[in-house]
This record gives sequence, structure tokens and C-alpha cells, in this order.
Amino acid sequence: MDLASISPVLLLASLMVAATPILLAALGELVVERSGVLNLGVEGMMITGAICGFAAAVETGSPFAGFVAAALGGAVLSLLFAGLTQVALANQVASGLALTLFGLGLSALMGQGYVGVKPPPTPRLDIPVLGDIPILGPILFGHDVMVYVGLGLCAAIWAMLKYTRAGLVLRAVGENHDAAHALGYKVVRVRVMAILFGGACAGLGGAYISLIRVPQWTEGMTAGAGWIALALVVFASWKAGRVLLGAWLFGGVTVLQLNLQAAGVAIPVEYLSMSPYLITILVLVIMSADRSRAPGSLGRIFHATG
Amino acid sequence: MLKLEQRPEPSRLWTYLTPPLAVAVTMIAGGALFALLGKNPVEAIATIFWEPLFGEFAFYYGPQLLVKGAPLILIAIGLSLGFRAGIWNIGAEGQYIVGAITGAGAGLAFYPADLWVVFPVMVVAGAAGGWAWAMIPALLKLRFGTNEILVSLMLVYVAEQLLAAMSLGLLKNPDGFGFPGSRNLQQYAPAHNAELVAGTGMHWGVVAALIAVIFAYVLLNRHVLGYHIRLTGQAPRAARFAGVRPKRLVLFCLGMSGALAGLAGMFEVSGPAGQISIDFNVGYGFTAIIVAFLGRLHPVGILLAGLLMALTYIGGEIAQSNLGLPAAAIQVFQGMLLFFLLAVDLFTNFRIRVIRPETA
Repeated sequence: MDLASISPVLLLASLMVAATPILLAALGELVVERSGVLNLGVEGMMITGAICGFAAAVETGSPFAGFVAAALGGAVLSLLFAGLTQVALANQVASGLALTLFGLGLSALMGQGYVGVKPPPTPRLDIPVLGDIPILGPILFGHDVMVYVGLGLCAAIWAMLKYTRAGLVLRAVGENHDAAHALGYKVVRVRVMAILFGGACAGLGGAYISLIRVPQWTEGMTAGAGWIALALVVFASWKAGRVLLGAWLFGGVTVLQLNLQAAGVAIPVEYLSMSPYLITILVLVIMSADRSRAPGSLGRIFHATG
Repeated sequence: MLKLEQRPEPSRLWTYLTPPLAVAVTMIAGGALFALLGKNPVEAIATIFWEPLFGEFAFYYGPQLLVKGAPLILIAIGLSLGFRAGIWNIGAEGQYIVGAITGAGAGLAFYPADLWVVFPVMVVAGAAGGWAWAMIPALLKLRFGTNEILVSLMLVYVAEQLLAAMSLGLLKNPDGFGFPGSRNLQQYAPAHNAELVAGTGMHWGVVAALIAVIFAYVLLNRHVLGYHIRLTGQAPRAARFAGVRPKRLVLFCLGMSGALAGLAGMFEVSGPAGQISIDFNVGYGFTAIIVAFLGRLHPVGILLAGLLMALTYIGGEIAQSNLGLPAAAIQVFQGMLLFFLLAVDLFTNFRIRVIRPETA
């Protein structure tokens, strides 16, 4: 065992990378849940995004095209969920599960020709001056562009929910869909757009895993990241800033346990691998005491009678 | 213009009609998918649904139907109780794994003693293992208000790691030349869940599944607890006035589904699978969710749906070897089934009216 081999700077730098996929997916789900819809299909959309992005990046040779395809793939899959819950008025829990089961199968089917293939590398941003700052440089400024997209998205969603009219409408729909409907807001339209956005974000998160973090394609490679993202939204009390905090926490736990595995701690690898899931449960327990901040209409079916 | 009109209560006719309709639509969409993969759609669908039952090797595949169907039915029966009351146990896969570990562990603890008591002890241990694993989300929900969906699901991943740790560590076969995996219970007679009648596929798990179906039917239709479950699902507020204690219901539904999933795992590990190994679980816990919904959360429906889903597993394997259809295509097919079921369920709860735009 050699704990001294773990470098805190590298640890923090890889924390930012490990946090990005769940950050992206959780931000998307945050918007969906703030509109009053509970989409349990994040895992399915992530894995679909992972393979769509992987396939597109391999075929075109461009990681950028990969991420675009991943967002599209996630959004198209979420459209199925939107159709089920907003048009066919199906139970959201069951529909979300269906999405996950379907997405896992679909991704396995699509990914058959891509096992063992290497994707084109995504370049790191070399920010001149900032990247050369000791310690802070490698932690904050030595990453690929998607890390910053995640951070930017977090700020944008925070500002959108807090300061813009669109954010206000979204929240109104989520808090009380009947009142929002009476005010003339298009509840279903707002929700469908939120669901599509959530799907695109989950797709990006998935592609980040398959294109940058791992980077290769294996069946079921998201390994519960989508569910952790769902837990993150609860943890964050439906607030964008806290999602970032939560993502860093989970990223930190993941990176730390991987480092401990590499350092050869006397605990079997399997028990260390459990830790992100156990921490998720622990955090859920701590945060669940306060349910008051959940959007009022979360998970309820809206059917305009008037 | 089309307009949806909510029915005062779900249509009985459509309740029965939607599952076959969903299966039919899935066959069409699945056929289209298989055609996209370059296979003859009619041949592929026939291979999946006809070959195992009436084909040349039906004598072999028939028993398999029971072997694959039993765990699905056993788990789905448990899940359906909770789903009816709005208690979502999504982690049956984890409870299935833990039931298998505790069941096999209890059996192996007796090795090589030749006692009749071994198998009954394993049954109890398997059920207790699944029950205990399901109690984690139940107790956290009651004590802290934690979402049982997320906790039970997280525990699936924990259970998978536990399974790996067990097959590499505590339960590893000491005579296994270092290979991962436990002793084979099929070679340890007192712990072997053998076929009750040779060549039928009928093992104790199948018997347990049938008992569970009858038990659930009686519970839901003849017992006050079943009435409370149904009432809570349909009108939670009314249920509380009727004296239903929601906390006890959570404990009962999660505990029951966990115990049944644990039993399914135990019967699987001591019979068809034979040993604890890293890849022991094959997703029955998740497929059972589809089975529960396809069976309309009704015990008899689940029995039929479980057999149908078993058919797609077996037919899928045949299509895999005969037509080269990828295994994942069957997974997609099963996922589609749930999608279409939820979609056509619209007709159960709503009436579609055509309205002409009024002209003044």
C-alpha cells in the first residue's frame, strides 16, 4: 500500500473530469424536474448518448460531431418518453423505467460493431497563461472543452431559472400545472421542451464517458451514472449550484476509490467499487429530511379538461 | 379534431385487451427492427414465438419455459403488490442476487454433510437475504423519507459488487484451482434444487412461483391487506381514512417483494445456474418489471406474462443461433413491449372523441 503515490493535484484535476458526466446529466434532469416531470430514464438516455456519440465520432473522426450526435440521440430517445407521458398520459415512473430498459438494449444493439474500437481523442484546451499556474493550472485549466461546457451550462441554468421569464414559466408549470394552464402557459409544450433538453444533456453526459473518460465502448458502461444523476437532483434540492457541488462530491468519491484501488489498499476492489453507490444512498438519507423544495407538480399527470 | 376524455373508471374491456394489443404491436415493430438488421422478419418472429412451443425441438424448449418463467413470475408477483400501492421497488435484481448469495452460502456451510434439512434452510436463508436487502430502502423510506426507487436501485450495483466479492472470496470453491465461483450445488445432492420430475423443467422454484400466484390472488381479492394495497394505490387519502397504516404497507410490500426475489435467486443458484459466479445474474429482476406491467399487476396476468417473456428469452436464443440475431435485439424487443403497453394503456383510462370544429 502506498498512499503517498496519490497526488492531491492530480486527484482534484481528475475529480473535475469524473464529475462532468453526472453533472451534465443531472443538470438536464434538474430542468425536467423543475418543469414537474420525473424522468427515470436518465440511465437509458445516457447510454444511448454514449453509443451515438461514440459511433458518430468513430465514423467521422471528429469528437465534436460525436457530442452533437450524442445530444441528438439522447433527445430523440427522450421524445419517446415525452410522447408516452405528455400525449398518452402514461405513468411517469413506469415510462422512465421503460426508457432505461429500452435504452440499455438499444445501445447494446447499436454498439455491436464498436467493441474494442478506439475513438478519436478529444483535444485538451491549452489555455496559455492560466494553464501554467502551479497547482491551480492543472486542476482548473488543463481540461477538455466539455468540462467547461458543463460548468457553463450550470451557470446558464442557474441564471435562466432565477432571472429570466422563461425560467419563471418553467417553474410555474412545475409548481402548479393547473394554475400555469389557467394563466395560458402551454404546459405540455413547456414540458416536452424540458424533456428534450434533459435528453440532450444526458446524451452529452453519456458521450463524455465513452469518448473521454473511459474512452471506449462496452455494454452498460454508464454503470448507474444516470441513477446517481437522479439522486444528485434530490441531493441538490432542485438547485443548479448545488448540483455542481454534488457532482464534485461524487466525482471525488469515485476518483478517490479508484486511486485507493491503484494504491493497493488492503480492502478488496469490489468493496471499494461499492462506495459511490453507498455514498449516494447516504447523501440521499441526509438530504431527504427536507422534502419541501420538490416542485409541487412533480410526477403528476397533467390533463387539461377545460 | 381529436380530444381525450377521461373515463370515470378504467375500461374493463381495454384492461384485458391492451396486453395482447401491445404484444401484437411489438411483433410488428420488432419485425421491422429485425428487417432493418437484415433478417427475414416473419421468420424471426416465428422463430421466437413458434419454434420453442411447436418446433422440432419443443420437447427440449418446453421445460425451459418453466425454468426461465419461474423466477420472472416469482419476482413480478412481489413487485406487483408494491406497484399497486405506489411503492416502487426497482431493485429486485439486487434482492435476487443477495437471496442467491445467502441461500447458496447457507447450503455451502453444511458441505459436505448429507442432511435433509439443508435445502429447507437454504430456502429460508434465500428469502431472508432478499427480504433484508429490501428492508434497507424500506426502513430508510420510513425513517428518513428517502426515495425507495433510487435506494433500491443503487443497491443493485452494490449487490453486483458483493456478488463479485463473494465469488472471488468467501464463497470461492476451495477445490476450484483458483477459478472464481463457488462449489457447484448441482453436485451437492442435499442442496441441489433438482427437477422434481425428470425432463419437465419442474423444480421447486416453479412450485414456489405457482404458490405465489395463488397466494397473491387470495391476498388481493379475499384479504383485507390486499384491499388496503389496492385502496392505497387508487386513493391514498381515502386509504388513510379507512385505517390503512402506510408505514406497515411499505414494510410489507417491499419485504414481500424482496423475499420473493431472494427466493427466486436461491432457486436459480441451487438449480439451473448451480453456482455463485460473477455473471450469475442475467437481468431477471429488471425484466420482471416488464412482466408485472404486462400482466396488469394481476397474479393470473403475471403468470401468463411471465411465460410469454420466458418464451422471448428462449426464442431469442434460438433466433440467435439459427438466424444470427444479436442478443441485444431481444432486449430491445422486450423493452419495446413495455413501451407499447404503456402507450396503448391510453385507451384504458381515456376515451378518444372526434369533435368537429363548431361553425357559427
